[in-house]
Amino acid sequence: MQAARHRGKYCAVMQIEASALSVERGGRVIFAGLGFQLAAGEALLVKGPNGAGKSTLLRALAGLLPLVRGEIRLNPPVEARRAELCHYIGHADALKPALTLAENLTFYAALLGGGDIAPALARLGLAGIADLPAGYLSAGQKRRAALARLVAIPRPIWLLDEPLTALDATSQTVVGDLMQAHLDSGGLIVAATHAPLPIPARDLVLGRPL
Amino acid sequence: MSEKLQAQKPQARRPSPLLALLVRDLRIGRRIGGAVSMGVFFFLCLVTVTPFAVGPDQALLARIGPAILWIAALLATLLGLDRLFQGDADDGSLDLFLMSETPLELIVLVKCLAHWLLTGLPLVAASPIFGLMLGLQPSELARVVASLFAGTPALTLLGAVGAALTVSLRRGGLLLAVLILPLSVPVLIFGVAAAGDPVVGFKTPFLILCGLTLAAVALTPFAAAAALRHGVD
Repeated sequence: MQAARHRGKYCAVMQIEASALSVERGGRVIFAGLGFQLAAGEALLVKGPNGAGKSTLLRALAGLLPLVRGEIRLNPPVEARRAELCHYIGHADALKPALTLAENLTFYAALLGGGDIAPALARLGLAGIADLPAGYLSAGQKRRAALARLVAIPRPIWLLDEPLTALDATSQTVVGDLMQAHLDSGGLIVAATHAPLPIPARDLVLGRPL
Repeated sequence: MSEKLQAQKPQARRPSPLLALLVRDLRIGRRIGGAVSMGVFFFLCLVTVTPFAVGPDQALLARIGPAILWIAALLATLLGLDRLFQGDADDGSLDLFLMSETPLELIVLVKCLAHWLLTGLPLVAASPIFGLMLGLQPSELARVVASLFAGTPALTLLGAVGAALTVSLRRGGLLLAVLILPLSVPVLIFGVAAAGDPVVGFKTPFLILCGLTLAAVALTPFAAAAALRHGVD
């Protein structure tokens, strides 16, 4: 049932088309004239040295940073805002230390339009510690809790900023499998990372900081 | 399972995002603790200190009692407001609020409601006890409670605009007070009038106070949401 719902929803987004993107932060041009295309079932690996604008690109794609120039289009056009179709896993894990893991994830499922959280917790190997306050968790466990949103809440575009940071080998395999399953069901992934991803992906290399 | 069932089941199971947010914020406030007791304790400090400054004149204290309670409530409300959006901005929750289908304006409104329930309502509940300490009459106590109940939501909502503007600053607390105190003057004027002015009576200033709060409910979420959207970086 879950898979059927995924596929149905993902049909809505076939392609991301970004052209001539320019983003500034604090008056400084991070990158300019950047363009790429990404179709359903494809992954884009954003590479580049520190400060090249990898995270900035992901935030711009998520609609969290304004574009100075250029545009990001979805083909075919959809009614929803782009942000509502994207998952953004940033550097911060967005977990409240006072709430348990299950409470954190239940809240995001309600806010972002997800369903049952139990399968997501089980998939990321968090079922045993679901009742612990998030403040007690290790960095890798917090990372996995953030990644559990990807499973609990079906959204077609995944924007992942260093998704494998702090994860052990087993978890890296699990996340790799998740990403592959997402691509197979017609999803799109844009990931910024220095480590190689365990999925086939095209590279987008950002230049040196200006 | 039929297709119809498949379509309906997730829909029926999905709880309201705003209710989930309210429950989450109340839960965080309760677990972390301090939010409720700190505000009330600060309120108590101000009310206790004032008679030492003014002197032990019972009649004078009873006359300026409503004003003291209102100023104390105003300052106690401002005390915790700088953290209203700060935590969510720091840990990345705010990014996810912006990526939700729920309008940010409603999210702001619900966060203010949770904050008021945690800090404003305890002040209202504690005010008759502190009013007794200042020698207010029972009828005046009722007026003070009613005016604080109607007026403190407006203070929280105005403060939310300041909290949203200062969200990207490390130590925005003082700036928030400087920004918001002038805006809260109308609420203070009509609040104190409703609480204790013997000439104007209760009804007129109280209705204006309710009007100010309703206007704040209608307008400030837009200002705060705009400031939050602009402040995200």
